[in-house]
Amino acid sequence: MEAEPDSKEKYLLKTQKLTLGYKNGEHSTILFEDLNLSLCRGELVCFMGPNGIGKSTLIRTLVGLQKPLAGKVSLSDKADVAVVLTDKVSSLSMSVYDLVAFGRYPYLDWRIQLREEDKNIINRAITLVHINHLENKKLYELSDGQMQMVMIARALAQETSILLLDEPTAHLDLNNRVEIMNILRRLSRTTNKAILIATHELDLALQTADLLWLATSDKTIHTGIPEDLVLDGSFDKIFQFKGFDLKTGKVDHETHRGISIQLQGEGFEVLWTKNALERSGYQIQSGASVSIELIHEDKALIWKLKKETLTASYYSIRELLNALSA
Amino acid sequence: MKTDLVFSGTKVLLALGGLLLILSFASISMGSLEIPMNETIKALFGEKDSRWYDIIWEFRLPRTLTCILAGIALASSGLMMQTLFRNPLAGPDVLGLSSGASLLVAILILGGNQGTNFLAQLSSSPWGIALAASLGSGLVFGLVILAAQKIRDNVSLLIIGLMIGAAASSLVMTLQFISKADDLQAFVIWTMGSVGGTGWGEINVLTLIIIAGIAITFGSLKSLNALLLGENYAQSLGVNVQRSRLFIVFSTCLMAGAVTAFCGPIAFVGLAVPHLVRIVLSTSNHKILLPAVMMGGASLILFCDILTQLAGRSQSLPLNAVTSLIGAPVVIWVVMKSRSSKI
Repeated sequence: MEAEPDSKEKYLLKTQKLTLGYKNGEHSTILFEDLNLSLCRGELVCFMGPNGIGKSTLIRTLVGLQKPLAGKVSLSDKADVAVVLTDKVSSLSMSVYDLVAFGRYPYLDWRIQLREEDKNIINRAITLVHINHLENKKLYELSDGQMQMVMIARALAQETSILLLDEPTAHLDLNNRVEIMNILRRLSRTTNKAILIATHELDLALQTADLLWLATSDKTIHTGIPEDLVLDGSFDKIFQFKGFDLKTGKVDHETHRGISIQLQGEGFEVLWTKNALERSGYQIQSGASVSIELIHEDKALIWKLKKETLTASYYSIRELLNALSA
Repeated sequence: MKTDLVFSGTKVLLALGGLLLILSFASISMGSLEIPMNETIKALFGEKDSRWYDIIWEFRLPRTLTCILAGIALASSGLMMQTLFRNPLAGPDVLGLSSGASLLVAILILGGNQGTNFLAQLSSSPWGIALAASLGSGLVFGLVILAAQKIRDNVSLLIIGLMIGAAASSLVMTLQFISKADDLQAFVIWTMGSVGGTGWGEINVLTLIIIAGIAITFGSLKSLNALLLGENYAQSLGVNVQRSRLFIVFSTCLMAGAVTAFCGPIAFVGLAVPHLVRIVLSTSNHKILLPAVMMGGASLILFCDILTQLAGRSQSLPLNAVTSLIGAPVVIWVVMKSRSSKI
């Protein structure tokens, strides 16, 4: 991995020849070896890799919860770290506000008396992740997605320059996943934090990350911007996709029907029609004898099928597919 | 932490304070001898010519103070252990601390008269007994913590605590079996849990130890709260987890040990009071919980002690009989209610 020449001053966190894993007596399991990575201000990094490769261990090592086996993690001047871990909070009888307030603990003495300034910061963190309506709820009343938002708000209340998140979108539905990624995306822009997200959600990472860290099976981490890594085939090597073409973002379909269809029209409707046809085993080819044309007519959408001598119109893709296979 | 929470917290604390005062006065007025209320008050305020003065100052007041001190110590220990182990069923008696204390006290009491001069001297001093009991608690706590680091499972930890406690108890029984009848009687009375056997000498020692223990506990408020999020989060919030754990263990052993030394093993108070207080307060913030638990513990033991005296006028019931009667339903309730551990 080569460091960009101008990134030297901007970095907040840097690892030097970092080797990490577990030590069990004399036997040690190395997960990653000789890592030279850096996190920079205002940058959103997604750390990807198959399950079990050691994403959580790297996060814990970067925060200092676990000692590295060799090498070191160094923070630049005044840089500090907040984390969102996968650890479950067992004390569910506290309120959302109380949990977010934990973010201020590093700044309080033993009396844990919140100052006016702390309360403002807590409120700001709550507003940033849009959970104002949950403020007085107890943790046991929250859904998994809301709980994750609260944990993120807690980390934000810590007001650190670096934010590390371990699988923040695991077990959430699509809507919550997208919302969390959008919030993190926005935060990296507005607050100029360095944000690292460990995740195995390919689609979201590709669309939101400035930079990707790809964990490889030879215990190193390959870095680059998402598009470069897609095009140079790094992803295919690491994830060994089975029936998924990352470059087109599609699942491979067998064209088992042996029929080619010409598709005409404009807009996203054409894309979805193509999707349905390919899934059903048709091949899309210009100049094919069978043709489908999409026409907008009085706000309605019409699929016009021309097959040999037959010409017919359909009002849904389902009707169209039924007609084709008849 | 939120304003309305603090407010309701203050209200509950005031109510508990009132309850504690009433129970204290009731406890002082109760006994095998009936003393008129105005005479009791006079004697309390130091009118030495009152003929009740000696009874109040030498018997009633020490008993009441012992109840309060024992309640404060046991309930705070229970709260700290529940937070430390993130286990709603932890408590000084459940995890074997009381048994550990009993074992060392047994060695001291039963071995003192036959053993060396040094042991005999130690067993006759309240400091010696307190030291032995705290040491015994500490030994058991050390073993339980070692086990807790290998085993993350709540129930397994409890079983290990129970087993260590059982082992200590069986050693105590063996000691009883081989010891002389006189020593034995003293020891058996001790194991029943009693707050009536303490004089001012013991109370002074108990007070000093509990003040030290509570001071350490208040100093650990922040780490206790942070530990609610788990050790990883606590550490990421700048809490020195290793050191805080040491402080918490130390003050727990000190307090639970000292109480066990002078009152015998009192069951269930440490386990039940934090839960009873949480029902009323519905917070997990130790800054509010700790004072509430201290007053709640003191009130509960006072209440139980009053019950033991109501039951039989000439001879009072063992305290453990009453605390278990109140504590056991609480444990059953906790197990039924919280399938996931709510601390």
